Amino acid sequence: MEQYEPDRLSPAQAAAIRRSLTSGRGALTRRSLLRVGGAGALTLGGLSALSACGIPPAKREGGTAAPSDDHSAQEKRINFSNWTEYMDLSDDQKVHPTLEEFTKRTGITVDYTEDINDNVEFFGKIRPQLAAGQDTGRDLIVVTDWLAARIIRLGWAQKLDPAHLPHAYANLIPQYRNPDWDPGRAHSYPWTGIDTVIAYNTKATGGKKVDSVTQLLDDPTLKGRVGFLTEMRDTVGMTLLDLGKDPASFTTADYDEALGRLQKGVDKKQIRRFTGNDYTSDLDKGDLAACLAWAGDVIQLQAGNPDIQYAIPAAGYITSSDNLLVPAKARHKTNAEKLIDFYYEPAIAARLAAFISYVCPVEGVKEELAKIDPALADNPLIVPDKAMAAKAHAFRSLSAEEETAYEEKFAKLIGS
Amino acid sequence: MSATAAPPQAPAPAEPPVHRPALRKKLVPYWLLLPGIVWLLVFFVLPMAYQASTSVQTGSLEEGFQVTWHFRTYWDALTEYYPQFLRSLLYAGTATALCLLLGYPLAYLIAFKAGRWRNLLLVLVIAPFFTSFLIRTLAWKTILADGGPVVGALNTIGFLDVTSWLGMTEGDRVLATPLAVVCGLTYNFLPFMILPLYTSLERIDTRLHEAAGDLYATPATTFRKVTFPLSMPGVVSGTLLTFIPASGDYVNAELLGSTDTRMIGNVIQSQYLRILDYPTAAALSFILMAVVLVMVTIYIRRAGTEDLV
Repeated sequence: MEQYEPDRLSPAQAAAIRRSLTSGRGALTRRSLLRVGGAGALTLGGLSALSACGIPPAKREGGTAAPSDDHSAQEKRINFSNWTEYMDLSDDQKVHPTLEEFTKRTGITVDYTEDINDNVEFFGKIRPQLAAGQDTGRDLIVVTDWLAARIIRLGWAQKLDPAHLPHAYANLIPQYRNPDWDPGRAHSYPWTGIDTVIAYNTKATGGKKVDSVTQLLDDPTLKGRVGFLTEMRDTVGMTLLDLGKDPASFTTADYDEALGRLQKGVDKKQIRRFTGNDYTSDLDKGDLAACLAWAGDVIQLQAGNPDIQYAIPAAGYITSSDNLLVPAKARHKTNAEKLIDFYYEPAIAARLAAFISYVCPVEGVKEELAKIDPALADNPLIVPDKAMAAKAHAFRSLSAEEETAYEEKFAKLIGS
Repeated sequence: MSATAAPPQAPAPAEPPVHRPALRKKLVPYWLLLPGIVWLLVFFVLPMAYQASTSVQTGSLEEGFQVTWHFRTYWDALTEYYPQFLRSLLYAGTATALCLLLGYPLAYLIAFKAGRWRNLLLVLVIAPFFTSFLIRTLAWKTILADGGPVVGALNTIGFLDVTSWLGMTEGDRVLATPLAVVCGLTYNFLPFMILPLYTSLERIDTRLHEAAGDLYATPATTFRKVTFPLSMPGVVSGTLLTFIPASGDYVNAELLGSTDTRMIGNVIQSQYLRILDYPTAAALSFILMAVVLVMVTIYIRRAGTEDLV
């Protein structure tokens, strides 16, 4: 130590430093060692306590969230977690114009994070805090139907105040108004609708059209180049429709039949893989000739590759939505509601839809969209027409037991 | 920090008591260990204890999980998922063998023949770490694409007919087959093999090679009797550093594989995140850990290297 003491210290200063190291608060005394030892013993004691307690039940009494303090009035902020590429961007990629406008109008700054990549992973991330009754640090999250249903069922979502949501209440398309998991949209509002369709690469199919799940599973020219989705509801739902069953009211026997049909496709190597979002690059390259796909992706792929086509099966297609939720204990609920309402103004919704090209759940957006780009307004994948809407089917919500059992069977199908 | 002795330039007669420095010196090693111990306690021991507890719980997300000492979970998990276990060990083993075959000549070259290129080559070995694991694996999807030049070339020379016959590929493609997964594992873990091999090869005194030559050993004999035995610590630690993470990997099987190439890591991921069966996921993790530990112990005993790098 002494050789590091600079010469310019006076002897008194040097002595003071040495003293502080040997007998001051920084000193390593036997007492402090005992303290640490005590902490270690406490930790060990904690371990045995740990094995006794397990994981607390998720569901709260009454099924609704514990009241959360709303700091909206004092703190003009909101933390918004969303999926990647789910928000409009300025030409220089630096700002989100609609969010800027929201801030300009309301004075509420938006801390926008694209930290949701996958429903199951995101749930794994927020579950510990929500289960412990803590704030996740997020005021607004966007999750797919089934996960929204689970979060609401567990009582981890706050009830929204309709008084703060006049536009949302008035402009939500009827199709989305009454999901069986959140009647009357008490806890959630759709951010976008998601249509699951069949996409194919004409270069890889040799110009052939692919327009049914039966063809995906049986056409020998597609062998080894067919993809299905790892989202159980999309894959099984589309297969149920192909079998003539209604995904809104199927039984376990129907479910097993659909899985059996898919299993045959796996066994005879017709199906190449089950994919998440990564099917887009496979389809683009032609490694997948045809697959189940999300309509918004198809529009974005088509912009770069004219060989990509899509088809709506005659048997119908599965529709779902990504929903805005305010998690329990979020600090800025009123601000979050204002933001939801803002995106239900048709002019704003049109600007968003024009950029992200997913189904827009807002009534009256067609006219606004036509002002931006008439081609978009006529695209049934963004603004569904009557024929399209007639073929839309939703996957029914599942009880907790069903969810576990079905996911387990599905996991077996996809290999784990 | 052991600065308790009196400063040499200014003897201060009043200060140090005579016995305490000796005691303090004895305690120094423990103080130096403390940060590491605390770190391991918080980030290794506690999570392990938590997982161990989870693995013997029963319940559901709704009702909560209670410790019921339900050890059957282990047996159920093992009987249900032993194919994925065997597959993981097979793939990881194959990838480790390939890493050794590819990595040894390269490490040898860098250690003995590279001369002034040595540092550049070492940087090149480490360079892949500058990008993320995920991106590197995704890049393999482009390299091995069905219509890509690699698959075309392999088809032309008939390589894929052989691997197809061996059941490692499917028709005239490489992606979504076991071969692709093993290739991905080999690529991703190769640096973990090369670096320890290099460190132990580099330490070998080249005069031993000369001495072997003086005793009429052929280059092959020199390698067999001198170089390879002396590089054993590198071989052992390299294979361990490759095999252990490879057997638990799930990214390669997820991105490059298909339904019949899922490894145990994929099962654990799906049990934990998708099915929300935390006890089974925890039990599977412990079984994997136990299997790997047993295999590694046997291996180290057999390889007989006490002085690992």
